[in-house]
Amino acid sequence: MTVIDVVATALWVVGAVFFFAGTVGLLRFPDVYTRLHALTKPDNVGLGFIVSGLAIQSSELAVALKVIAVWVLLLVVNAVSCQVIARATWNRGIRPWSRR
Amino acid sequence: MHEVRMGITVVLLISVVAGLARITRGPTLADRMLVAQLFCTTAVAVLLLLAADPGAEALRDVALVFTLLAPTVVITFARYRAPTGAGP
Amino acid sequence: MTALDLVFDVVLATVMPVLVWRILASKDLASSVVLFVALGLVSALAWARLHAPDIALVEAAVGAGLTGALLMNALSWIGAEAGVTEPVSRATRVGVGILVTAVGVGLAVAVIHLTQPVGLAHEVDARLADAHVDYPVTAVLLSFRGYDTLLEIAVLVTAALGARLYAPGSVPGGDDPLSPHPRVLARVLTPIVVLVAGYLLWRGASAPGGAFQAAAVLAGGGILLVLARVLRPPRMSSIAVRAALVAGLAWFIAVAALPLATGAQLLEYPSASAKQLIISIEVALTLSISIVLLMFFPGEPAPGEAARHPEDRW
Repeated sequence: MTVIDVVATALWVVGAVFFFAGTVGLLRFPDVYTRLHALTKPDNVGLGFIVSGLAIQSSELAVALKVIAVWVLLLVVNAVSCQVIARATWNRGIRPWSRR
Repeated sequence: MHEVRMGITVVLLISVVAGLARITRGPTLADRMLVAQLFCTTAVAVLLLLAADPGAEALRDVALVFTLLAPTVVITFARYRAPTGAGP
Repeated sequence: MTALDLVFDVVLATVMPVLVWRILASKDLASSVVLFVALGLVSALAWARLHAPDIALVEAAVGAGLTGALLMNALSWIGAEAGVTEPVSRATRVGVGILVTAVGVGLAVAVIHLTQPVGLAHEVDARLADAHVDYPVTAVLLSFRGYDTLLEIAVLVTAALGARLYAPGSVPGGDDPLSPHPRVLARVLTPIVVLVAGYLLWRGASAPGGAFQAAAVLAGGGILLVLARVLRPPRMSSIAVRAALVAGLAWFIAVAALPLATGAQLLEYPSASAKQLIISIEVALTLSISIVLLMFFPGEPAPGEAARHPEDRW
C-alpha cells in the first residue's frame, strides 16, 4: 500500500463516519427541522471526503475533476432541496420542536 | 484497494438501511422525503466508489444522472397539497 | 468475488424484498411513494452490481426520478387516503402465501440449476464491425434489432396520446409559496441538464448512454421547469409539441425505408453513412422521447380542482 492508498483509505473512513453520524441524527433528533440539518450537512461533507479520497487515488485528472463536479452538483441540489422541504413543511403549519 | 472500497460501501449501505426506519416512523411526509434524500446521497457515494473499479467507469454517469433527477421528486413533494382542501 | 462483494450483494438483495413488502403493506400512499423512490435507487445499485450500467442509467433516471415525481404528483390529484383497502380474509391470505412461496421456491430451484448463462454476447461482439458502432448495446438497439426499437417508439408516441387524453393540464394560479427556490434550481440545473443529456447521447456510440437515457434526463429537466412554473405542461394543441412528438418516429421510418428505394432491405443502412444516420436517428429519438416523458406530467392541480373525486372529471 502506498502513501496515497493509506491517505485515501483514511479519507474514506472519515466519510463513512460522517454518513453514519447523519443517519444517527436522522433517527434520534426530535423533529423534522433538526433532522433536516442532520441529514443534509454530514452527508454532503461525508461525500466530500469520499470524493477527495477517490480524486487523489484516480489515475487521470479528468476522472478526479468529474467526481468533484458530481459532488459540487449534489451540494447545490441538496442545499436547495433542504430549503424547499423546510419551507414546504413550515407552510403546512408544522413548527419546530422546543424543549418544554 | 477494492476490498477497502467495498467495505466502505457496505458501511454506507447499512447506514441507509438503518435510515429506513424513519420512513415508517416519521410522523410527517417531510420525514419520509428526508429518507429519500438520504438514499440519494448515499447511492451517489456508493456509485462513485463502485466506479473506481476498472471497467465500471460508466457508473459515474449514473451518479450524475441521480444528482440531476433528485430535485424533481423533492420539489414535486413540496408542491403536494392535500387535495381535500383542508389544511395549509 | 471477494467476501465483501458478497456482503454487499447480500445486503442489497435483502433490502429489496423488505422495501417491496413495506411499499405494499403501508397504509399511507405517501409513504409508499417515497419507498418506491428508494426502491428505484436500490434497483439501480443492483443493476450496477450486475454489470449493466445502461439499465442502471435508465433505472436511475426513470425509475427513481421520473416515476417518483409522477407518483408524488398523482397524490396531489387523488389524495393519500385513496390507498386504504378493506381487510382480506385469512383464508385468502394463506392461499396466496402458499402460492407465492411455491412459485418462489420453483424459481430459485430453476435458477440454481442453470448450467451456464447462455447469451448472445459473443455473436454480437463478433459482428460489431457490421453495426458501425463501437458499443454492443447500441449496436443491438439500432442496428441488429432496429425494427424492435422502431416499433417501441411508435408505442411510446401512442402512449403520449393516451396520457394527454386524460391529463387535465391545469395551470396553477396565485403566488408561489416556495419561491424563489424552484426557480433558482431550475436556472442552475437546466444548462447542466442539457449538457449531460448531450453528453449521454454522444457517449451512446461507445459507452453506456444513448437516446433513451438522454431523453430521460431531458424530461427530468423539463419537469423541473414545469415545477418551477417557468414552463407549462406541453399541450397537444401546440403545433411544436406535435411536431416534436412525431419527429423521432418519422425520421426513423424515413431512414429505415430509404434503403428500400435502392433495392436493399428495410433498415439496412448504407455502409458509408451508417454511423451518421444512426446518430441522427438517436438525436431525433431523444427529442421525441423527452417530450413523450414530459407529457405524462400533468402539473399541479388548481386550488380546489382536485378536491372532487377523480371519476367526476370524466
